[in-house]
Amino acid sequence: MTPGLLYAITGALLFCLGLYGLLLHTHLLRKVLAFNLMGSGCFLVLVGLAQRGGQVDPVPHALVLTGIVVAVSATAFALMLVRQLYVETGRATLPGEGDDP
Amino acid sequence: MSPVLNWVAALDWIPWLLGVPLVFALLAFQFGARLAERLVVPVFGLGLLAATGLALQVLREGPQQHALGGWGAPLGIELYADGLTALMLLMTAAIGLAVVFYSRAYFRDDGRATGFWPLTGFLIGAMNALYLSADLFNLYVTLELLGLAAVGLVALSSGSAALAAALRYLLAALLGSLLYLLGVALVYGAHGTLALAQLTGLLQPGPLAWLVIALMTLGLAIKTALFPLYFWLPPAHGGAPAPVSALLSALVIKASFYLLLRLWFELFAPAINLPAAQFIGLLGAGAILWGSWLALQQRELKMLVAYSTVAQVGYLFLLFPLASFAPGAEAAWNGGVYHALSHAFAKAAMFLVAGAMVFAAGHGEISRLGGIGQQLPLGIFTFALASVSLMGLPPSGGFVAKWLLLEAALASGQWWWILVMMLGGLLSAAYLFRVLRQAFLPTPEDASFRRPPAMLVGSAFLLSLVALGLGLWANGTLTLLRVGAPFAGVTP
Repeated sequence: MTPGLLYAITGALLFCLGLYGLLLHTHLLRKVLAFNLMGSGCFLVLVGLAQRGGQVDPVPHALVLTGIVVAVSATAFALMLVRQLYVETGRATLPGEGDDP
Repeated sequence: MSPVLNWVAALDWIPWLLGVPLVFALLAFQFGARLAERLVVPVFGLGLLAATGLALQVLREGPQQHALGGWGAPLGIELYADGLTALMLLMTAAIGLAVVFYSRAYFRDDGRATGFWPLTGFLIGAMNALYLSADLFNLYVTLELLGLAAVGLVALSSGSAALAAALRYLLAALLGSLLYLLGVALVYGAHGTLALAQLTGLLQPGPLAWLVIALMTLGLAIKTALFPLYFWLPPAHGGAPAPVSALLSALVIKASFYLLLRLWFELFAPAINLPAAQFIGLLGAGAILWGSWLALQQRELKMLVAYSTVAQVGYLFLLFPLASFAPGAEAAWNGGVYHALSHAFAKAAMFLVAGAMVFAAGHGEISRLGGIGQQLPLGIFTFALASVSLMGLPPSGGFVAKWLLLEAALASGQWWWILVMMLGGLLSAAYLFRVLRQAFLPTPEDASFRRPPAMLVGSAFLLSLVALGLGLWANGTLTLLRVGAPFAGVTP
């Protein structure tokens, strides 16, 4: 197994872990963190799979940089919405999904 | 052809379609709503001119390409426009312009205008960029831009319900685009390129291809609110301010559907099998029946229109099984795209006029809307015209779309989709007539009405006329759609 493939498999596992968190946690902060985990997993797959024959492919690096910018903006926006919801309702969960312990 | 048309067809319009809305958004963000209100009509007028110019070029010279900044594929960003792109851009520009006229009246002296104008600029810019993009990663970025702008627009309404709707929408949109991105990563890992044109035909049947198809289709189905993944749509579309609902329901869900269409018929085509296409169609049928049933139960006018979107999205997905046999594939492709177009105009008109009705009555409860027909005769006429198109009655654009889809079902012998479409038509008539019937009842004693600004009903009326006109001038539209269409390559 090449290191590249190892990274890709780790990335896929992280993606699944994040997916699990995003779907099953009710606390919104956890959901936002889970989304970031999924994003990082995706980037690992992108960079890991593209390293064939020991050669480093620069294109995925550029893609991941762009992806990180997108993920940061989305996270900032989501956190702002979560905080606003907390100010309005005193809870950091979506209505109808119950309270997080 | 006249000299004006020659001049319009000679310019390179693609950069204008991207740059103008983005610059407008930045100016509106920096200098506030007053400047934006002054700029917005020329800006969106220019957008419509640019989309028309591009459509003329595509019609005369075939598909157009533009290498952004002079850097072509594979390293640079290459933009591409064929008949489908041109139609989607025209639809976006025309509905955008009507929504602009509406919003100038709707948001008069309203604090929400400060956020509405820049976000609308970003939304239109992101959508144009998505339609023009021709590589998988660029499409991902535009998809995210579009999603973030759309969620921002939903969050414009105040109150915890709007915030919860926005958050639900944001989480669904992010999940959808990450699933899509993982698919992109796998495709790049396997084939080393992202350009759609280079990837066509490369994906061979096998576990990798099926994983890619499943991930990308699932991601985009969430974003298009395909049954049973529609949970985020009704609160977001029903709770937003009326012009935002119109933009989201008419345009934004079409963008992810467009992308799915491109992927399915270009990238996925060699690896698609019959059960997959039938399964997507089954979900579409579920959307038509279940969405219509839920629309029938709604008490709020705008929620009814939002659930109607859930149902109408189903027809779009009937394209996939219907186009999987050579006889009827072209009719299915045309019918599906035509449905996207006519639904966009009809639904934009319906949401805008629903906003005017809510403004006039002061509430949105359907059971208390008696007498609204006397107060807003043109408004109810608009609602009825849009309903005609949504039900698929002649001579509307919705009728042409359904006719083409039925033709495809007959040609390929898939009679079961015909039953679904007919039942869906009856159900949509049932829920739309609930509103129309109520409107013609006598005014209740305690009802009081306000007069909405004339522009609210006027712009909705124009859109409903276009929805009707799409049925009368179907030939020209279909000729444009045929430029660069891929249906010849879908035979399994």
